[in-house]
Amino acid sequence: MTLLITMFAAIVCTIIWYKNAPEDPWKTSILCLTFWGASLMWLVDGIVEYMEMGAEFFAPAPLDMLNDLFLGFSVVALGLILWLVVLFIKDPQNIIKGVLLRGGTNSQ
Amino acid sequence: MACFIVPVTEAVVVTIVDRVIQKMDKNLDTVEAKEEKQEGKIMPEGKSYIRKKLRWLSTMLWGGSFLLAFEHVWHGEVTPWFPFLTAASNPADKAEMLYEMSTSGVAMAVFVTTIWGVMVLVSRVLERKAVKIMLDVK
Repeated sequence: MTLLITMFAAIVCTIIWYKNAPEDPWKTSILCLTFWGASLMWLVDGIVEYMEMGAEFFAPAPLDMLNDLFLGFSVVALGLILWLVVLFIKDPQNIIKGVLLRGGTNSQ
Repeated sequence: MACFIVPVTEAVVVTIVDRVIQKMDKNLDTVEAKEEKQEGKIMPEGKSYIRKKLRWLSTMLWGGSFLLAFEHVWHGEVTPWFPFLTAASNPADKAEMLYEMSTSGVAMAVFVTTIWGVMVLVSRVLERKAVKIMLDVK
């Protein structure tokens, strides 16, 4: 479930990146690569688990599924927070700088 | 248990290589760089081309292992206190952890690197095709 949610997040981010390419004003490429990196790692984890458990891997207990669902959404939220932090630090369109400068002018 | 440590280690190595290339790029004087370009030792776009591609790998490795580490925290396999990895506290779990690192961890690092290699190869082919089309048009 975590793998599926992360993979869907990676696909959506890739579509958004492709729509804006070759420009990358929101640095969505970072988000794409992060989610794809995690998806590939979980895919390997899934394959190893499948080799150990067999078909049972595809029939998890409902409670495990619910836990994985929460984990998947938490992972996506954390990925988005990580991306926001990078975006605000890099500030490619100087939006934060503009807001701070305008705030400074208003306070005077 | 701690499979994410292997991709993290690779990410550290890739980041160091990236920094070394960045330093080399700055140190290269223009005459030397021109000679290298003429001899075909470096691509026309310079070493920054290699760095750009390395960034893909390092972002995938850092980002992926960060999210994977979070999963381990979620499952209680990583703790914020010593020894940080719960499996490291007893020898039996430690052996299992090392086994998992050498199988799943290595497989993860190799798989991500392979996919990155394919991405670089495909982008190189596409870039060359684009350049060829542009030259044909001219």
